[in-house]
Amino acid sequence: MSTTYLEAIREAQKKLLQDDSRVYIYGQDVGAFGGAFKATKNLADAFPGRVLDAPISEDAMVGSAIGAAIEGMRPIIEMQFSDFSVTAFNQIINQAATLYWRTQVACPITIRMPSGANPGSGPFHSQNLEALYAHVPGLVVLAPATVPDAYTMLLEAVEIDDPVIFCEHKYLYNRLKIDRLTPSELTFNHARVARVGRDITIVSYSAMVPEALFAAEILEREGVLAEVVDLRCIKPLDIETVIASVARTGRLLCVDESWPWGGVNAEVIAQVTTRGFHLLDAPPQRLNGKDTPVPFHPNLWNVHKPSSKVIALKARELLKW
Amino acid sequence: MLNTLMEETREVVAPDLREQYVEAFTWMLLARIVEEKLASLWRAGKIAGGVYLGKGQEAISAAIAVMLKPDDIFGPLIRDQAGRLAFGEPLADVFRNHFGTLTSPSRGRDGNVHRGRPKEGYHSMISHLGSLISVVAGALLARRFQGDTSAIGATCIGDGGTSTGAFHEALNLAAVEKLPLVVVVTNNQYAYSTPNNRQFACRNLVDRAVGYGIEGYSMDGTDLRDCLEVARYATDRARSGHGPQMIVGTCLRLTGHAEHDDASYVDKKLLSRFAGRDCLQIAGSYIQSQQWADQSQIERWKEKAKYEIEEALAKVQREPHSDPKEETWCPYATGVLARTER
Repeated sequence: MSTTYLEAIREAQKKLLQDDSRVYIYGQDVGAFGGAFKATKNLADAFPGRVLDAPISEDAMVGSAIGAAIEGMRPIIEMQFSDFSVTAFNQIINQAATLYWRTQVACPITIRMPSGANPGSGPFHSQNLEALYAHVPGLVVLAPATVPDAYTMLLEAVEIDDPVIFCEHKYLYNRLKIDRLTPSELTFNHARVARVGRDITIVSYSAMVPEALFAAEILEREGVLAEVVDLRCIKPLDIETVIASVARTGRLLCVDESWPWGGVNAEVIAQVTTRGFHLLDAPPQRLNGKDTPVPFHPNLWNVHKPSSKVIALKARELLKW
Repeated sequence: MLNTLMEETREVVAPDLREQYVEAFTWMLLARIVEEKLASLWRAGKIAGGVYLGKGQEAISAAIAVMLKPDDIFGPLIRDQAGRLAFGEPLADVFRNHFGTLTSPSRGRDGNVHRGRPKEGYHSMISHLGSLISVVAGALLARRFQGDTSAIGATCIGDGGTSTGAFHEALNLAAVEKLPLVVVVTNNQYAYSTPNNRQFACRNLVDRAVGYGIEGYSMDGTDLRDCLEVARYATDRARSGHGPQMIVGTCLRLTGHAEHDDASYVDKKLLSRFAGRDCLQIAGSYIQSQQWADQSQIERWKEKAKYEIEEALAKVQREPHSDPKEETWCPYATGVLARTER
């Protein structure tokens, strides 16, 4: 029986509820309804009293999770859409992220963020906010790009003693599927070489990893061997794996669906150039979503984010350098 | 008793409140004197940053805290020195967090009123008003998950803090979950310099309780007796399964927003009205009128408080200040993420 990315997230939550009495799930419509995307389908029935509907109060949802974590619980908060998490920004960045620093009391909360766009989602149901949260000290930002990672990294997220922003991509929910769910080999804090190459390193995460892999296939037909690195953990960043790849290829292209300014790409390029400038044969390049809100119409949306074709095009340019 | 009007004739205090009255009074006294010490240390340039005092609101703060048990949860705010002491905060921590010693609850990473010992149920506020209420609610939710139905939680907020979205979200959430949460609103007439008429438009803040579907009571924040009666009633109600309770105590902030603020904007007429009365003086007179203590006994309590304060201060002054070389500069609790940046 095959497992989708979404089912992996549900299975991980089921296992967590089964194995750990400290875990509970709190979010809008997560109870009997099973969540807007059905990530908690049947869990309220299976675990009575531990999968609770929340009022539309993102601030209080996160605040209450912090209080519960202080008392020894391991809350999982589901944001209905990552976009809505910004109404809890104060609790996340000022309360949760600083708690351990201020009090030496850990804040093990997991905030699940259905992220990224689907066609027709528009400006407020499409955002990728990894960079926004990664900017803040004390937060761990995870962004799984595979089914095993969606499963394993969520299990790890709940074990982490710090607040975790778990960015799961909605575009991948039902599009990624594997025959048999097996755990990831890497722990959450390691980047993964998703495809071994020789000529250029393409760094990406989340739904841009499959795009980068498609691009690598296109390039291979042209005799170019692209290495694809999946960051997996945005904060802290496993820059060693990226630098090791750049040492092999000499060229760096960063691909991120989110906005360019101060983004994940910008950070990766800054770290690689400051620490590994001598490894580069060409100026590092980046591809981002356009610097506008995410558009509604599929025609606009299709060109707002990087596609495999654009990635391949940019890679060719970089290889000419 | 509960929807107390300020002009109302009061009944004689219930005899069983004598013990709590005297206890609360001694905490109020200790808080007043330690805050006077903090102010003088600030004027002498011994404290970095601000010093925020609770003069005039000690009765409200002490009353709620003496009604809490050691296993309960308390989330005090800026002007709750009296409640903090009554809930068990060591005097030394007051000085430690103002000096930023390595021994302070925050290790010098945060200062002044930003302190607590959350694992002991004593929460540490951040500057963003209203945001602690949902944290205390969540702590109570955790206790329920863990099968502890005896504990309650209390948290404090001011008139200004009631205007935040966080206040609204948290009260609504606590009401939906029927949590044993007591929210104590101290209406001290001003949020920094903003008077009530620029802060809210309802008749009385306690009316908001109706909107949340919770029980609400108002009290004269300058009268310790009234504060104790209401605090006892509300904590009993919370403890016996009646859900969130909201208390609104009225008083006047008898100090600036902080020591750098001369509060020249305060309407002088308020000082001559009920709200401008000093709760500590009223409580001292009441104790004498009830013959629970005479003037010389009160003087002895004052001397004892001064002695304890000087002793704590002398101890803390010998403790090491925070040192960049001792700092981990790591914000993570997770072992695998520990790093050292010097």
